[in-house]
Amino acid sequence: MMIMVPQSCGYRRYLLAAALLVSALPSWCAPAKSPPLPANSIYQLSVPFTDQRGQTSKLEDWRGKPVMISMFYGSCQFVCPRIVEALQRTEESLGAQGAQLPVLMVTFDPARDDTAALKAVAEERHIDSKLWTLARTDARNVRKLAAMLGIQYRELPSGEFNHSSVIILLDAEGRIAGRTTTLGEADPAFVKLVKKTKR
Amino acid sequence: MFRSDAARCGWRVPLVFGMLLAAVTHALAGVEYVAIPSGRLNSVLANDADSGPASIPAFAMRATPVTNGEYLAYVKAHREWQRGKAPSTFADGTYLHAWQGPVALGTAMSAEQPVTNVSWFAAEAFCESEGEGTRLPTWLEWEYVAAADEKVFDARSNPAWRARILSWYSQSSAAPLPSVGGEVNAYGVRNIHGLVWEWVDDFNALLVSADSRNQGDPDRLQFCGAGAISLKDRDNYAVLMRIALLSSLAATSTTNNLGFRCVRPLPLEKK
Repeated sequence: MMIMVPQSCGYRRYLLAAALLVSALPSWCAPAKSPPLPANSIYQLSVPFTDQRGQTSKLEDWRGKPVMISMFYGSCQFVCPRIVEALQRTEESLGAQGAQLPVLMVTFDPARDDTAALKAVAEERHIDSKLWTLARTDARNVRKLAAMLGIQYRELPSGEFNHSSVIILLDAEGRIAGRTTTLGEADPAFVKLVKKTKR
Repeated sequence: MFRSDAARCGWRVPLVFGMLLAAVTHALAGVEYVAIPSGRLNSVLANDADSGPASIPAFAMRATPVTNGEYLAYVKAHREWQRGKAPSTFADGTYLHAWQGPVALGTAMSAEQPVTNVSWFAAEAFCESEGEGTRLPTWLEWEYVAAADEKVFDARSNPAWRARILSWYSQSSAAPLPSVGGEVNAYGVRNIHGLVWEWVDDFNALLVSADSRNQGDPDRLQFCGAGAISLKDRDNYAVLMRIALLSSLAATSTTNNLGFRCVRPLPLEKK
């Protein structure tokens, strides 16, 4: 069995103790991998996701290049499809850059939007699942992510949600570079902003 | 063996012991949570009232707002929430600004005053540290408890009581905050009015109005539903002021008069 011991603790006779401690405390003594996040990065928030492919990921996995992020819910028939259209038109307006710009849409409704429901939305809306992630997390993290993004939402007794409809551009380090509330079509100012946001 | 590894690898091991110690001390300190029975509430939020009174399941609420002393103990055990360490994405520039240092209250502050200048993220993190399922109250939970006076669970139609609450809002906020404590309301909760504003869990849910399907061109709406809050009971100024304040805040906001308390699930009753 291979035991990976972080370099700064690399005394062989401490292998067992170190392995025990590392297994108990995953972050204990971990070697620094990437430079620290900026203090205003939303990737400071740790959010676990499951997506329309049934795969798991974390919010900070989007670090490294810009991403468009929005929030929605699957049974929304009125406004949410217009968010999807706005994202698709924005990518089209960006040409080659748009074909590489990831999209992360997180549901307000984790109780109903399981993997199958997210997959159904992806198919119904002709969403490119190589580039787009429709994700769910637990209700506590939905509230935190929305708070972080300045998105308001409220579940109604009917099971529907009232929510702000907004598309947010994050830069490669997870800082909010801009936002648009234009639905159904590309917002020219937002497209311009995406073009100049550093990749 | 542990000691030498700990010395080489930094501060995490002492931190873990510190957290254990803090957990024990905390249990000994016996933070008081009061059981709030389930019930129904005619909320001032029209959203919820339109479909009849909101149903509030039973829960337990902290009897008093979190104090400076409690928050100081918390940041000693959770260094990531010390002023200067908490990233700006979780708390703005005035986070704990009146403290002398990251682990020292201001000279004029007392441990028994309610903690203020804490962000929503900081308040949530504190509550989560008080145990499984512990969190900030929802607006409806807060409004439900805040409807009580000393004698009855819903005193909102009592003009004398309304006037008494409103008089607090007209006081100058320049004076130092009093200590937590004082009279209990009908639920056994203290200081829900008259001391500080309090964060709620769903502070970012209060601006959204009832219906998104009949309010004009959806392409021009920032909110699914126009964004204007619709309210019943417009005479209840004290509660409306709370909503106005809360809906003006960002999750990173901190102010001199904004504190918090936590709620937690009640243990299931045995039959």
